[in-house]
Amino acid sequence: MDANLVQEAIQNVNFQAIMPSLVLCVFGMALLLVSVFSPRGKTSHVAWLSVAALVITGFVTLMSWNNPQAGFAGSVVLDNFATFFSMICIIAAALTILMSDEYLKREGYPVGEYYPLILFTTAGAMWMASGTDLMTIFLGLEVLSVSLYVLAGFFRRQTRSNEAGLKYFFLGAFSTGFLLYGVALIYGVTGTTKVAGIAEFVKTMPDATSNVMFLAGAGLLITGFLFKVAAAPFHMWTPDVYQGAPTPITAFMSAGPKAAAFAAFMRVTIVSLDSIQAELITVFWVLAVLTMTVGNFIALSQKDVKRMLAYSSIAHAGYALIGMVAWNEVGWSGIMFYLLVYTFMNIGAFAVLVLVGKKGEDNLTLDGLAGMGYKRPLMGVALCIFLFSLMGMPPTAGFAAKFYVFAGAIKAGYIWLAIIGVLNSAVSLYYYLRVMVCMYFKDPEEDFSWVTMNVATTVSIVISLAAVLLLGVLPGPFMEMAMLAVF
Amino acid sequence: MADYLLSLIIFFPLLGMLFVLFIPRDNDGLLKGFTLVVSLVTFVISLPLAFDNIFATSGGMHYREFYEWINIGDYFQMNYNLGVDGISLWLVMLTTFIMPVTVLSTWKSVQKNTKGFMALLLLLETAMLGAFVSLDLFLFYIFWELMLIPMYFLIGIWGGKNRIYAAVKFFIFTAVGSLLMLVAIIFLYYFAVESGAQISGFSIQDFYKLDLPYNAQYWLFLAFAFSFAIKVPMFPLHTWLPDAHTEAPTAGSVILAAVMLKMGTYGYVRFAMPLFPDALQTFIPYLAGLSVIGIVYGSLVAMMQEDVKKLVAYSSVAHLGFVMLGIFAMNQVGMAGGIIQMVNHGISTGALFLIVGFIYERRHTRLISEFGGLAHKMPIFATIFLIITFSSVGLPGTNGFVGEFLALVGAFESNLRWFAVIATSGVIFAAIYMLWMYQRVMLGKVTNPANENLKDLSLREIAVMVPLLLFVFWIGVYPNTFLDKMNPAIEQLLNQMNNKQVAVVEVYQPVVAKLIEIK
Repeated sequence: MDANLVQEAIQNVNFQAIMPSLVLCVFGMALLLVSVFSPRGKTSHVAWLSVAALVITGFVTLMSWNNPQAGFAGSVVLDNFATFFSMICIIAAALTILMSDEYLKREGYPVGEYYPLILFTTAGAMWMASGTDLMTIFLGLEVLSVSLYVLAGFFRRQTRSNEAGLKYFFLGAFSTGFLLYGVALIYGVTGTTKVAGIAEFVKTMPDATSNVMFLAGAGLLITGFLFKVAAAPFHMWTPDVYQGAPTPITAFMSAGPKAAAFAAFMRVTIVSLDSIQAELITVFWVLAVLTMTVGNFIALSQKDVKRMLAYSSIAHAGYALIGMVAWNEVGWSGIMFYLLVYTFMNIGAFAVLVLVGKKGEDNLTLDGLAGMGYKRPLMGVALCIFLFSLMGMPPTAGFAAKFYVFAGAIKAGYIWLAIIGVLNSAVSLYYYLRVMVCMYFKDPEEDFSWVTMNVATTVSIVISLAAVLLLGVLPGPFMEMAMLAVF
Repeated sequence: MADYLLSLIIFFPLLGMLFVLFIPRDNDGLLKGFTLVVSLVTFVISLPLAFDNIFATSGGMHYREFYEWINIGDYFQMNYNLGVDGISLWLVMLTTFIMPVTVLSTWKSVQKNTKGFMALLLLLETAMLGAFVSLDLFLFYIFWELMLIPMYFLIGIWGGKNRIYAAVKFFIFTAVGSLLMLVAIIFLYYFAVESGAQISGFSIQDFYKLDLPYNAQYWLFLAFAFSFAIKVPMFPLHTWLPDAHTEAPTAGSVILAAVMLKMGTYGYVRFAMPLFPDALQTFIPYLAGLSVIGIVYGSLVAMMQEDVKKLVAYSSVAHLGFVMLGIFAMNQVGMAGGIIQMVNHGISTGALFLIVGFIYERRHTRLISEFGGLAHKMPIFATIFLIITFSSVGLPGTNGFVGEFLALVGAFESNLRWFAVIATSGVIFAAIYMLWMYQRVMLGKVTNPANENLKDLSLREIAVMVPLLLFVFWIGVYPNTFLDKMNPAIEQLLNQMNNKQVAVVEVYQPVVAKLIEIK
């Protein structure tokens, strides 16, 4: 190899740019060892250490706020955008781990490897958020996906969990193929995999909108991302995987990895594919409407609360996509704020379900929740607030978030999209309200005596609750952060 | 004090609610007593507003409060912007006045989950008061939507047999309307920004000054009007109301009728009409037509009801028709009539729901056929009921007469003359259905043995009704106390709308084209 090239590569290495994920990976590997040497069935200390690792990583990440770092010859950049999304993933991971410990014990899988796997997923998510080269993004995606395949099928003696893992693996591998093929085609056209390089090349291309190879590459690339985002019509895996996976993992998947997929998706489309934005916007318009509508309408008929939340998560991806259609800074920062809020409200809702579930979780149906609000008033109120937030009712964060993305769309002139969006919210009212109908308007059939509060899960719920209310009443500073994070 | 009086009024109940959450849940008496005290104190705090003479001399916004709330540069900005004028003044007073009355009425009727009930009542009071005094559309929207949550639970948990259906229907009906209004609000904001107008947040006073082109006004007015029409409710969007009223617990019905329905009419006066005066001109005949249909239809349906509570619910549809007709007259008399009729309806219909509650508590039925001759057994109740019936019918000397008379005169003097003529029939219908109901329930012989041993009103129940009776007569005999403080605000509102109607069409056409263009 050319000596100069090596030298240049070494100079370009800037460990600052990957410091957060580096720290997290080191912790993850250390914790793998810790869990190997721990006595069987004792995992609480691993959980708490993982939370500590995430908190430290969070601080390291925040240090690069307003202090962008590029590294590895421009294939990684830790800018505000990456920092914002990394924080979402870190928060999601921490809240998930907090609710996992007791859950794993109840379900009979107190295995320490669970936590390092979440840390690796998070590290992968952070690479996706900070990747500025399609290869780095792919690397992040793979680390994230492989860890998640394992986590989804973590309950190895449970058929449902196996089904979730296997399904996620097959369809995930398939979509990764799409993504890679897209990368290959784009490389073929532009001769680079750098996000900025592609943008520059495309700008000089006279026939960008009619070059079949380029368009096919862009389409495949976007399909790959939208699969991870769980946008319709690439959502088919979501309900089964979300329902079958361990509940904390479902909560995590719908928040952290989804945010990471959005991050990569946004960076690649907004930066690289800016030249074909008119075409993309039309596609996103259709996808946003389709995703919202499919998610909401199918959720209407669900009896299993976990599955209902899975469909609702599809709908929420649709709302977030509205910000992509807007194709302006309000819309983009709207997506970021939306995903931050969604992390809290969705994980909070799942955390309450984790507490309320019996071993095997067969009682997490609408009828199973009958009268829950009377037997467990505090948890009932908490779940209500999360559901109101998911509906988008003020003064919760969900309203502020919806307002933000809709504002982006209206600012850009997509009034009809906003109207379809609010009508979709109206549809969603019904299924969220139905949970509350069961919790409060029906008489309890069971005494919910199996529900025991434990510190970690409670902490997770309280943090989510505080965030949902804070982001609802005083969203200003966080919206401003999202604004500063848009490139 | 005046600098933050409104905030104090709004948030005192919320503060009370937080304390309620810490009262042990089986201490029924303390929960109710504490809530009563909180609502009474709120009423006392709000009294200086009613006695302030500034409303009689100046029609603008007073007791202003303004703080920056959310400000993210060019994207958007919202402010905590409060103020009260002669119009909202009486609605605020109505709210703070009706709350203690309502709480007092729950003493016997609410037995399960008292804690939740009281907490929700106080949360509801905060939301309603906030909606009446918000001058920032975003802030208004937050309070407006927040109102739904406590009412949903009040109906759903403490309601009658069909409560789940009623609660969900109530929630979804009102939410659908408001969601479309949300789109309109955001559009209005970005229109203002794009047209380069000086605006501070979503301040309606700045939005009043915008010169909106007609085609934008048209759609925006429709969105606002639709949302408020559901809340009023106007025919044919009223179907949630009979369900919600019939199923709601007494306290819920009282608040729903007395205050929450006023949100819709208030929304017209404060937002839909002055913001979009040109579009208003187009829609007035249709809206007035719907109001008149509401009056006649509500009355006819009320006449046929076998359930007293349903009868009162349908009479609400008719009464609010008068309010709307008076407002759409767009003259001083009609507006004053409409607004004072809002207060009247709050008092009389609130009182009627309380009365229905009294007999329901005693007999656990509301069917007219179950009763008859109650006057012999319950003379005090009979007297009070009769006065309230007269007030609802609009007999001279009671408050109902003043409101309906002014509203009809106003409509008669305006372009809506023939609407007024038809609407007058509603007054006659009201006499028929109310008096007929009174006759069947109260007069004649006691035919049903179950009614033989009914007890007359207790002291507490009398205490609930006396304040309402006081205002029935006060407004009926000397309405000027209220009208004097209302008139300057109405005058200003009318002036503002009339001046704005110098149609501006072409100036901002490009901006609209940019915003409306469907991509």
